[in-house]
Amino acid sequence: MATKGKDAQSSLPDPQAQTESTAALLRELVAHLRQNRTQLREEWARRITRAQLLTAMTEEEIFAEATSVYDNYVEALETGTFEALQAYARNLSERIIPRGVETHEVVGIVLLLRDVLARSLFAKYHEDFDKLNRILDAYEPAANRIANTVAVGFVQERERIIRQQQEAIRELSTPVLQVRERLLILPIIGVIDPQRARQLTEQLLRAIRTNRAKVVVIDITGVAAMDSNVANHLVQTVEASRLLGATVIVTGLSPEIAQTLVTIGVDLSEMATVGDLQGGIEEAERLLGYKVVPLEELTPKA
Amino acid sequence: MEVPILKQGHYLIASIQSALTDADLSQLREALIERVGRFRARGVIVDVTALDVMDSFAVRTLRDIAHMARLRGAETVIVGIQPEVAFAMVQLGLTLKGVSTALDLEEGLAFLNVQTQLRIERGGPGRIDRG
Repeated sequence: MATKGKDAQSSLPDPQAQTESTAALLRELVAHLRQNRTQLREEWARRITRAQLLTAMTEEEIFAEATSVYDNYVEALETGTFEALQAYARNLSERIIPRGVETHEVVGIVLLLRDVLARSLFAKYHEDFDKLNRILDAYEPAANRIANTVAVGFVQERERIIRQQQEAIRELSTPVLQVRERLLILPIIGVIDPQRARQLTEQLLRAIRTNRAKVVVIDITGVAAMDSNVANHLVQTVEASRLLGATVIVTGLSPEIAQTLVTIGVDLSEMATVGDLQGGIEEAERLLGYKVVPLEELTPKA
Repeated sequence: MEVPILKQGHYLIASIQSALTDADLSQLREALIERVGRFRARGVIVDVTALDVMDSFAVRTLRDIAHMARLRGAETVIVGIQPEVAFAMVQLGLTLKGVSTALDLEEGLAFLNVQTQLRIERGGPGRIDRG
């Protein structure tokens, strides 16, 4: 790695050098990084490609991002404040997470930049070991903090997205639908955890009240597995619905769930079960006194 | 506080308006059972819409009322249990087994109409399960 700027290298006497503050060292460092911006940035982008990081992005994109990360990096070193970098890291994460960039890649590229810059410092100060030491003393804590900030920003953004999605799933996942006057269906899809089970029950009981439902069909075709807690909760939901004057029919128990329930000994004697949703709705219509007939049976034959 | 008991046709309607002490509940039970005989009532409706909490004594008293009224020839239906109360009851294991329930007064009346009609058709009083 070629370094220019030997001219900038000062050979100050030792006593004076020791009084040099960290700030001054960092200033010198920043000047060096600014001066060699193009070359260090290219070296970094090369290393990223070689390490096969950010494979989801094209070379041009990597270079463009590398440039702005580099500039933000240098700025954070210069100002010693991390707010701008934090904001940038968040923004970057927002853009690259949907493209499938992984945490190890983000951490990897920041550490690579740290390596590239450290190498250039070695090359620049290799003749003055003492100074190199002091420069590194100033550089390393700041660089570590930068790496930390970027990684944490990325992970936080990820967690925010996960939370958002969980919320969305939770809201979407428990629709209570009215199919006929006084007949509700509650299709349950996916995994039921205790929290969701409680929410389901609350929504159902409230819906029974507001829709004045007499019969409820709970369809669990889309539920892959059920443990004893959830099964007991289901039984409780059926009981609570009865206290509100509604009959519950459970449909779509898979063979696996049926076996689980029998094996763990959940008392299902109070629960009306029908094979599939169609059967459940037909049974519910019977309870409500509906009869569905084809139109031609209604029109008198000529 | 005494619970007012109204007579409506062949039915007695007890509408609980506020939280009741154990003594009030016992008093309600005695009064209802006595009136079932006096008015030759066919059905009893206990409206608990106003209750936002139901303890084990209240639940047991309601169950007793239903069973005693049945022995005296009247069908009982509990109406207006709030969703939160219902779930709390179930979690405490107070499920009112063998007692009929309905959403509100209107539903309770409709239910009793069907039940007493059935009983008349089958001739004479008798225990009728809801199914």
